[in-house]
Amino acid sequence: MTAETPAGLPAAGLPAAALPPAARLALRGMTKRYGVLLANDAIDLEVQPGTIHAVLGENGAGKSTLMKAIYGVVQADAGRMWLDGIPYAPRSPADARSFGIGMIFQHFALFESLSVAENIWLGLDRRWSLAAVDGALRKLHDTYKLQIDPDARVHRLSVGERQRVEICRALLGQPRILILDEPTSVLSPQATRALFEMLRLLAAQGCSMLYISHKLHEIRSLCDDCTVLRGGRVSGRLDPRRSTEAELSACMIGAPPPPLVRASKPEGRIMLRVRGLRLVTDEVQSGSSATGTSSSGGPGHALRDIDLDLREGEILGIAGVSGNGQAALLDALSGETRQHFAPAPKVSGTLELEGRDVLRLGVGERRALGLHALPEERLGRATVPELALSDNMLLAGNVLDRRWWLDFGALRRAANAVIERFMVRAQGPDSAARSLSGGNLQKYIVGRTLGERPKVLVISQPTWGVDVGASTQIRQQLLALRDTGTAIIVISEELDELFQLADRIQVIATGELSPSMAIDQASVERIGSWMGGGWREAQA
Amino acid sequence: MKLRLETAQSGPTARRISLVLSPVLALFATLLLAALVLAAMGKDPAQVLRLFLIEPLKDRRAVGEVLLKATPLMLCGLGLALCFRSNVWNIGAEGQFLLGAIAAGGFAMWASQNFSALSPWFAVPGGVLAGMLGGAVWASITALLRDRFHANEILVSLMLVYVANLLLSYLVFGPWKDPRGWNFPQTIRFADFTALPRIGTGMRLHWGFVFALLLASVMSVLVFRTHLGARLRIGGLAPAAARFAGFSPREALWTTLLLSGAFAGMAGAMEVLGPMGQLTPHVSTGYGFTAIIVAFIGRLHPLGCVLASVLLSMWMIGGELSQSRVGLPAAVSSMFQGVLLLMLLGFDALSNTRIVLTRVAGAGGSSQSGGPSRSERATVATPLAEPGGRPSSGGLPGPAGAARP
Repeated sequence: MTAETPAGLPAAGLPAAALPPAARLALRGMTKRYGVLLANDAIDLEVQPGTIHAVLGENGAGKSTLMKAIYGVVQADAGRMWLDGIPYAPRSPADARSFGIGMIFQHFALFESLSVAENIWLGLDRRWSLAAVDGALRKLHDTYKLQIDPDARVHRLSVGERQRVEICRALLGQPRILILDEPTSVLSPQATRALFEMLRLLAAQGCSMLYISHKLHEIRSLCDDCTVLRGGRVSGRLDPRRSTEAELSACMIGAPPPPLVRASKPEGRIMLRVRGLRLVTDEVQSGSSATGTSSSGGPGHALRDIDLDLREGEILGIAGVSGNGQAALLDALSGETRQHFAPAPKVSGTLELEGRDVLRLGVGERRALGLHALPEERLGRATVPELALSDNMLLAGNVLDRRWWLDFGALRRAANAVIERFMVRAQGPDSAARSLSGGNLQKYIVGRTLGERPKVLVISQPTWGVDVGASTQIRQQLLALRDTGTAIIVISEELDELFQLADRIQVIATGELSPSMAIDQASVERIGSWMGGGWREAQA
Repeated sequence: MKLRLETAQSGPTARRISLVLSPVLALFATLLLAALVLAAMGKDPAQVLRLFLIEPLKDRRAVGEVLLKATPLMLCGLGLALCFRSNVWNIGAEGQFLLGAIAAGGFAMWASQNFSALSPWFAVPGGVLAGMLGGAVWASITALLRDRFHANEILVSLMLVYVANLLLSYLVFGPWKDPRGWNFPQTIRFADFTALPRIGTGMRLHWGFVFALLLASVMSVLVFRTHLGARLRIGGLAPAAARFAGFSPREALWTTLLLSGAFAGMAGAMEVLGPMGQLTPHVSTGYGFTAIIVAFIGRLHPLGCVLASVLLSMWMIGGELSQSRVGLPAAVSSMFQGVLLLMLLGFDALSNTRIVLTRVAGAGGSSQSGGPSRSERATVATPLAEPGGRPSSGGLPGPAGAARP
């Protein structure tokens, strides 16, 4: 990331610099170029005190670059910033924080083995003592209803709780502006609502916020202002409370999103039958969650007596707050639990694919029978970040029909086919997986597995952190796949997505799976109450 | 003052350059440091460095010695490079080497005592195969304990080195001792038909060297051209991705350990059947440990290991020469080996990261005034190592992905 300033960039576009704008944060003519790509092109932005300002845009629209410039991660090639009327040019995130800018990233940077308070303390400057952090956290708990146990170990926390840790860390810096990068992508509806309440409370106390998202309804319900970016430029400034979703998305992608097509479903035969599936890992054996909060449960949460039937040509949605056993369910279905050294996680119960017991089979054997699974971790699990897309084709195949020699030509052709057929924006089969944006990588991953003609596909968080255009495309593909008779399980924390895709929904909570509800009987409230295990009361 | 390392972003070209450049830089830095140490010891650095760099190459016979010692280093290094690439941390090549030497020595002893004449076409490959088997069996103990009981392969393979050493000592001091050897701890001299044929007259260099070169090319093909190699590499790069793909971690463990054990065993066999001609307690001069450095200096690449083994072999000979000619302690030349590895790791780290020196003014370094920051920085930092920042591997939605080279 060089900070070269190419000659000939417009230095104009700046207003009379003598008169600084009166906003909390003002940006004028922010321009940032990466090689040939103009990531930000003369962007103007104003955030008023005590408001929540949405920055809306697809992947690659320039949101992140702009936020990085504000947070001091990158230096703009041209343009100026003012903070409360005073020129502001942060040279590093630490610098930005000292000016009262906080940022909550989409991915968290926490030390798993340390406690919440220790994690936060490490991120603060050294005026703070650990005891002071502890006290401040308990105060935050009272002020903002931020439920967090300062003594809990981070590895025990769910994603939502980890986010709360990051928010607490930012709040202890008493930020004037808080930047939130897609904060709800991992939250349940209730947790989202709680987050919004907290953000509104913060705004009421004078903190301004920059809210990056591509979830239109959230922006409409939460934000006071909205700046829309497209292709590195400001494509519109809207009042989100008075704009329709269609207007916002038109501004964002230039055209209204294509509607998802749903065909009526015939009742197919049972492809996947699961009875009493249990998964026990060492992590869970060694003790239950130490946090004491209701939504807790470590990432390695066990599965308890999972029952489900999956029919040909249907999509079963599995809803739930992250960290309630989704990861374990995917591992148990994919067969990855069998790819461990002893002591491997212990899986028991019945798992039948087309009537055939596959519980003892490994990933390759299950794939050979048509059962494929895609995890939510795209880099490092579904792909090897350092390897080219062509080499990454090796991961999707069936290891059983392995050949002795690598056929580089065939790998490149296969990668090219995926790139072209699924409109993956990449420089070609030789580009490394990590060079792709989240949406394009996911298109590649899904496309790669579709080439294997799965009979049963289990997919976790198919559009996590993926922009609207790519999300729509991926969801369309899943629906099309269902219509060809493939049985699909979508594990997702986004209810919108499940409502769009699923024919039935089951909810996973603390490692147990609820009964199934048809999509026309499902509501956000009902699913929300089941996410806390509410179905058990209904049954009792 | 705050000193910290931050991840720098570099393109694939830059990475490729640093891949080759950092061993070269490490070598120069080591030489520089060595010169300083030697000067401090009151030795003439130029004279000693001449012994390390020029003397070992001065004539045909000297070069033959360099290549002779490079052979076991190369064989052990090839196996270790494969292990390390696959995330299997076998550091016990020394023990596998010794077991190879014991097995080959045992075979050669048996052949020498039971046959008055035997075709070398049978005896030599037989001895080498016995050595490979011995090394592989020794490595399989590590694999078994890792596989069945989750025992750390680093510790197990290392500790088995000492067991192997004691086993060798037991044999040459006890049951295998030459009854007519004046009570020296050594076996009988093996019959000539067990000797590895030499490449030329007046040289101790044997055909094992050529065989090792061939194996290096075979390994190169195995690692980069075969499905098995890809599975091993992926398992090393991203274990979770290997699990996702259904590659067996057990396959990787057993394949790499058995192969590297067999290679180290072969090296031991060649040492016994080649220059030694008998078993003594001092079959190895630390080849198995030096091979760890060979593997890393060779960038875990089979062909890199070839070059690195020649370099380290010169180093070993230089160490011996400076012991005898200028009275330099043996520890000093092993220290130079260590420094070389350390330098390499250091240059590797620096080619991916940079050091940022931060001076924070005031106790807290905070400035609520909104004026220009009071913090000063020696370099502009990338944020990737910031506590509040994000891990470098993640891809922000947006132009971060578009900034690819």
